[in-house]
Amino acid sequence: MVPIDYYVALSAVLFTIGALGVLTRRNAIIIFMSIELMLNAGNLLFVAFARMYEALSGQIFVFFVMTVAAAEVAVGLALIVAVFRTKNTINIDEASTLKG
Amino acid sequence: MDANLIVFIIMAVVAVGSALGMLLNRNAVYSALFLILNFATMAVFYIILGGPFIAMTQVTVYAGAIMVLFLFVIMLLGAEELAGGRVKIDWQKPAAVVLGLLLMAELFVVVFFRETVFGEAAELTEFGTPQQIGLTLFNDYLLPFEITAFLLLAAMIGAIVIARRVRQKPGKQETEER
Repeated sequence: MVPIDYYVALSAVLFTIGALGVLTRRNAIIIFMSIELMLNAGNLLFVAFARMYEALSGQIFVFFVMTVAAAEVAVGLALIVAVFRTKNTINIDEASTLKG
Repeated sequence: MDANLIVFIIMAVVAVGSALGMLLNRNAVYSALFLILNFATMAVFYIILGGPFIAMTQVTVYAGAIMVLFLFVIMLLGAEELAGGRVKIDWQKPAAVVLGLLLMAELFVVVFFRETVFGEAAELTEFGTPQQIGLTLFNDYLLPFEITAFLLLAAMIGAIVIARRVRQKPGKQETEER
Protein backbone atom coordinates (compact mmCIF):
# COMPACT_ATOMS: atom_id res chain seq x y z
CA MET A 1 0.00 0.00 0.00
CA VAL A 2 1.01 3.59 -0.56
CA PRO A 3 1.78 5.39 2.73
CA ILE A 4 -0.59 8.26 3.48
CA ASP A 5 2.44 10.56 3.85
CA TYR A 6 3.04 10.39 0.10
CA TYR A 7 -0.48 11.64 -0.58
CA VAL A 8 -0.03 14.46 1.94
CA ALA A 9 3.25 15.48 0.28
CA LEU A 10 1.74 15.37 -3.22
CA SER A 11 -1.22 17.41 -1.99
CA ALA A 12 1.15 20.00 -0.49
CA VAL A 13 3.02 20.32 -3.79
CA LEU A 14 -0.20 20.69 -5.81
CA PHE A 15 -1.60 23.25 -3.33
CA THR A 16 1.59 25.29 -3.57
CA ILE A 17 1.47 25.26 -7.38
CA GLY A 18 -2.14 26.48 -7.19
CA ALA A 19 -1.20 29.25 -4.73
CA LEU A 20 1.67 30.31 -7.01
CA GLY A 21 -0.76 30.44 -9.91
CA VAL A 22 -3.06 32.77 -7.98
CA LEU A 23 -0.14 35.00 -6.97
CA THR A 24 1.77 35.21 -10.26
CA ARG A 25 -0.71 35.00 -13.14
CA ARG A 26 -2.69 38.04 -14.31
CA ASN A 27 -5.29 36.24 -16.42
CA ALA A 28 -8.46 36.00 -14.31
CA ILE A 29 -9.46 32.64 -15.83
CA ILE A 30 -6.07 31.08 -15.04
CA ILE A 31 -6.31 32.39 -11.47
CA PHE A 32 -9.70 30.71 -11.26
CA MET A 33 -8.26 27.43 -12.56
CA SER A 34 -5.50 27.64 -9.94
CA ILE A 35 -8.18 27.91 -7.25
CA GLU A 36 -9.74 24.73 -8.65
CA LEU A 37 -6.32 23.04 -8.39
CA MET A 38 -6.08 24.01 -4.71
CA LEU A 39 -9.59 22.65 -4.07
CA ASN A 40 -8.50 19.38 -5.69
CA ALA A 41 -5.41 19.17 -3.50
CA GLY A 42 -7.71 19.44 -0.49
CA ASN A 43 -10.04 16.80 -1.94
CA LEU A 44 -7.13 14.40 -2.35
CA LEU A 45 -6.34 14.76 1.35
CA PHE A 46 -9.99 14.17 2.26
CA VAL A 47 -10.04 10.88 0.31
CA ALA A 48 -6.62 9.78 1.63
CA PHE A 49 -7.62 10.31 5.25
CA ALA A 50 -11.03 8.74 4.64
CA ARG A 51 -9.13 5.63 3.58
CA MET A 52 -6.81 5.79 6.57
CA TYR A 53 -9.56 6.15 9.17
CA GLU A 54 -11.99 3.91 7.26
CA ALA A 55 -14.55 6.71 7.52
CA LEU A 56 -16.79 7.33 4.53
CA SER A 57 -17.53 10.89 5.70
CA GLY A 58 -14.35 12.09 4.01
CA GLN A 59 -15.61 10.98 0.62
CA ILE A 60 -19.01 12.56 1.29
CA PHE A 61 -17.24 15.85 1.98
CA VAL A 62 -15.38 15.59 -1.33
CA PHE A 63 -18.81 15.26 -2.91
CA PHE A 64 -19.95 18.49 -1.21
CA VAL A 65 -16.73 20.32 -2.13
CA MET A 66 -17.34 19.37 -5.78
CA THR A 67 -20.90 20.74 -5.58
CA VAL A 68 -19.70 24.02 -4.09
CA ALA A 69 -16.93 24.22 -6.71
CA ALA A 70 -19.49 23.78 -9.49
CA ALA A 71 -21.64 26.60 -8.06
CA GLU A 72 -18.55 28.76 -7.60
CA VAL A 73 -17.42 28.21 -11.19
CA ALA A 74 -20.85 29.10 -12.59
CA VAL A 75 -21.05 32.39 -10.67
CA GLY A 76 -17.34 33.20 -11.04
CA LEU A 77 -17.28 32.76 -14.80
CA ALA A 78 -20.43 34.87 -15.07
CA LEU A 79 -18.59 37.60 -13.11
CA ILE A 80 -15.58 37.30 -15.43
CA VAL A 81 -17.89 37.66 -18.45
CA ALA A 82 -19.47 40.75 -16.84
CA VAL A 83 -16.03 42.27 -16.12
CA PHE A 84 -14.98 41.56 -19.72
CA ARG A 85 -18.08 43.41 -21.00
CA THR A 86 -17.20 46.59 -19.08
CA LYS A 87 -13.36 46.52 -19.18
CA ASN A 88 -12.83 44.61 -22.45
CA THR A 89 -10.02 42.69 -20.77
CA ILE A 90 -9.73 40.08 -18.03
CA ASN A 91 -6.33 41.25 -16.83
CA ILE A 92 -6.95 41.64 -13.11
CA ASP A 93 -4.45 44.51 -12.89
CA GLU A 94 -6.93 46.55 -14.95
CA ALA A 95 -9.76 45.93 -12.47
CA SER A 96 -8.44 48.38 -9.90
CA THR A 97 -11.05 51.14 -10.11
CA LEU A 98 -11.98 50.79 -6.45
CA LYS A 99 -8.40 51.52 -5.37
CA GLY A 100 -8.26 54.67 -3.24
CA MET B 1 7.62 -3.09 -5.32
CA ASP B 2 3.93 -2.82 -4.77
CA ALA B 3 1.83 -2.27 -7.89
CA ASN B 4 -0.14 0.52 -6.22
CA LEU B 5 3.09 2.34 -5.40
CA ILE B 6 4.29 2.16 -9.01
CA VAL B 7 0.97 3.55 -10.25
CA PHE B 8 1.12 6.23 -7.56
CA ILE B 9 4.64 7.37 -8.53
CA ILE B 10 3.83 7.54 -12.26
CA MET B 11 0.57 9.39 -11.63
CA ALA B 12 2.22 11.76 -9.13
CA VAL B 13 4.78 12.74 -11.77
CA VAL B 14 1.98 13.31 -14.31
CA ALA B 15 -0.07 15.29 -11.77
CA VAL B 16 2.77 17.63 -10.77
CA GLY B 17 3.89 17.99 -14.38
CA SER B 18 0.43 18.88 -15.62
CA ALA B 19 -0.05 21.33 -12.73
CA LEU B 20 3.23 23.04 -13.64
CA GLY B 21 2.14 23.03 -17.28
CA MET B 22 -1.07 24.81 -16.27
CA LEU B 23 0.89 27.33 -14.22
CA LEU B 24 3.55 28.14 -16.83
CA ASN B 25 1.62 28.02 -20.11
CA ARG B 26 0.97 31.39 -21.72
CA ASN B 27 -2.12 30.16 -23.58
CA ALA B 28 -5.22 29.76 -21.38
CA VAL B 29 -6.64 26.97 -23.58
CA TYR B 30 -3.52 24.85 -23.07
CA SER B 31 -3.68 25.63 -19.35
CA ALA B 32 -7.26 24.35 -19.23
CA LEU B 33 -6.29 21.15 -21.09
CA PHE B 34 -3.38 20.56 -18.68
CA LEU B 35 -5.81 21.00 -15.78
CA ILE B 36 -8.14 18.38 -17.30
CA LEU B 37 -5.18 15.96 -17.38
CA ASN B 38 -4.48 16.82 -13.74
CA PHE B 39 -8.10 16.10 -12.76
CA ALA B 40 -7.94 12.76 -14.58
CA THR B 41 -4.86 11.74 -12.56
CA MET B 42 -6.77 12.74 -9.42
CA ALA B 43 -9.48 10.27 -10.44
CA VAL B 44 -6.81 7.54 -10.63
CA PHE B 45 -5.66 8.41 -7.09
CA TYR B 46 -9.26 8.18 -5.88
CA ILE B 47 -9.55 4.69 -7.39
CA ILE B 48 -6.31 3.58 -5.67
CA LEU B 49 -7.67 4.99 -2.40
CA GLY B 50 -10.87 2.99 -2.73
CA GLY B 51 -13.36 5.60 -3.90
CA PRO B 52 -14.73 4.49 -7.26
CA PHE B 53 -17.85 6.67 -6.95
CA ILE B 54 -15.81 9.78 -6.13
CA ALA B 55 -13.46 8.96 -9.03
CA MET B 56 -16.36 8.80 -11.49
CA THR B 57 -17.79 12.04 -10.08
CA GLN B 58 -14.38 13.64 -10.51
CA VAL B 59 -14.28 12.69 -14.18
CA THR B 60 -17.86 13.66 -15.01
CA VAL B 61 -18.25 16.80 -12.87
CA TYR B 62 -14.73 18.25 -12.77
CA ALA B 63 -12.98 17.09 -15.93
CA GLY B 64 -16.28 17.07 -17.80
CA ALA B 65 -18.73 19.78 -16.82
CA ILE B 66 -16.58 22.36 -15.04
CA MET B 67 -13.67 22.36 -17.48
CA VAL B 68 -16.00 22.48 -20.49
CA LEU B 69 -17.48 25.62 -18.93
CA PHE B 70 -13.96 27.06 -18.55
CA LEU B 71 -13.04 26.28 -22.16
CA PHE B 72 -16.34 27.72 -23.35
CA VAL B 73 -15.76 31.03 -21.55
CA ILE B 74 -12.10 31.24 -22.70
CA MET B 75 -13.19 30.83 -26.30
CA LEU B 76 -16.23 33.08 -25.89
CA LEU B 77 -14.10 35.94 -24.60
CA GLY B 78 -11.16 35.23 -26.90
CA ALA B 79 -8.98 35.45 -23.81
CA GLU B 80 -6.36 32.86 -24.77
CA GLU B 81 -3.57 35.33 -24.16
CA LEU B 82 -3.58 38.68 -22.41
CA ALA B 83 -2.79 41.53 -24.77
CA GLY B 84 0.29 43.43 -23.59
CA GLY B 85 -0.78 44.66 -20.22
CA ARG B 86 1.79 46.41 -18.08
CA VAL B 87 2.78 44.85 -14.80
CA LYS B 88 1.77 47.23 -12.05
CA ILE B 89 3.85 45.81 -9.21
CA ASP B 90 7.36 44.80 -10.32
CA TRP B 91 8.34 42.85 -7.23
CA GLN B 92 5.13 40.80 -7.16
CA LYS B 93 6.40 37.73 -9.04
CA PRO B 94 9.68 37.22 -7.13
CA ALA B 95 7.85 37.81 -3.86
CA ALA B 96 5.16 35.29 -4.90
CA VAL B 97 7.77 32.65 -5.75
CA VAL B 98 9.59 33.15 -2.43
CA LEU B 99 6.34 33.03 -0.45
CA GLY B 100 5.13 29.98 -2.39
CA LEU B 101 8.35 28.07 -1.66
CA LEU B 102 8.06 29.11 1.99
CA LEU B 103 4.51 27.73 2.05
CA MET B 104 5.67 24.43 0.59
CA ALA B 105 8.60 24.21 3.06
CA GLU B 106 6.20 24.90 5.91
CA LEU B 107 3.76 22.21 4.75
CA PHE B 108 6.60 19.68 4.44
CA VAL B 109 7.89 20.53 7.91
CA VAL B 110 4.40 20.08 9.33
CA VAL B 111 3.97 16.75 7.52
CA PHE B 112 7.36 15.14 8.10
CA PHE B 113 8.45 16.51 11.49
CA ARG B 114 5.32 15.85 13.48
CA GLU B 115 4.54 13.99 16.68
CA THR B 116 1.60 11.93 15.47
CA VAL B 117 2.03 9.01 13.12
CA PHE B 118 -0.21 8.40 10.14
CA GLY B 119 -1.21 4.78 9.95
CA GLU B 120 -1.05 2.61 6.89
CA ALA B 121 -4.02 2.72 4.56
CA ALA B 122 -6.44 0.02 5.63
CA GLU B 123 -7.18 -2.91 3.34
CA LEU B 124 -10.84 -2.62 2.48
CA THR B 125 -13.06 -4.35 0.01
CA GLU B 126 -16.50 -2.73 0.27
CA PHE B 127 -15.63 0.93 0.61
CA GLY B 128 -16.68 3.92 -1.40
CA THR B 129 -19.00 2.00 -3.70
CA PRO B 130 -22.03 3.91 -4.99
CA GLN B 131 -24.18 1.87 -2.61
CA GLN B 132 -22.12 2.77 0.47
CA ILE B 133 -21.94 6.43 -0.58
CA GLY B 134 -25.68 6.54 -1.17
CA LEU B 135 -26.51 4.99 2.20
CA THR B 136 -24.24 7.40 4.08
CA LEU B 137 -25.36 10.41 2.05
CA PHE B 138 -29.08 9.86 2.50
CA ASN B 139 -28.95 8.62 6.10
CA ASP B 140 -26.36 10.83 7.80
CA TYR B 141 -26.05 13.79 5.44
CA LEU B 142 -29.57 14.32 4.14
CA LEU B 143 -29.90 17.95 5.27
CA PRO B 144 -26.54 19.08 3.78
CA PHE B 145 -27.53 17.28 0.58
CA GLU B 146 -30.79 19.24 0.40
CA ILE B 147 -28.92 22.47 1.12
CA THR B 148 -26.57 21.86 -1.82
CA ALA B 149 -29.64 21.64 -4.04
CA PHE B 150 -30.61 25.17 -2.99
CA LEU B 151 -27.00 26.31 -3.39
CA LEU B 152 -26.94 25.06 -6.97
CA LEU B 153 -30.29 26.71 -7.71
CA ALA B 154 -29.04 30.02 -6.28
CA ALA B 155 -25.80 29.74 -8.28
CA MET B 156 -27.74 29.04 -11.48
CA ILE B 157 -30.02 32.03 -11.02
CA GLY B 158 -27.07 34.20 -9.99
CA ALA B 159 -25.03 33.23 -13.03
CA ILE B 160 -27.92 34.07 -15.37
CA VAL B 161 -28.61 37.42 -13.65
CA ILE B 162 -24.93 38.47 -13.57
CA ALA B 163 -24.09 37.44 -17.13
CA ARG B 164 -27.18 38.71 -18.94
CA ARG B 165 -26.89 41.77 -21.12
CA VAL B 166 -29.25 44.64 -20.27
CA ARG B 167 -30.42 46.31 -23.46
CA GLN B 168 -30.44 50.09 -23.14
CA LYS B 169 -33.37 51.18 -25.30
CA PRO B 170 -35.72 54.02 -24.31
CA GLY B 171 -39.20 52.88 -23.41
CA LYS B 172 -38.29 49.25 -23.69
CA GLN B 173 -37.48 47.31 -20.56
CA GLU B 174 -36.58 44.21 -22.46
CA THR B 175 -33.59 42.20 -21.33
CA GLU B 176 -31.73 39.65 -23.30
CA GLU B 177 -29.74 36.73 -22.05
CA ARG B 178 -26.27 36.28 -23.43
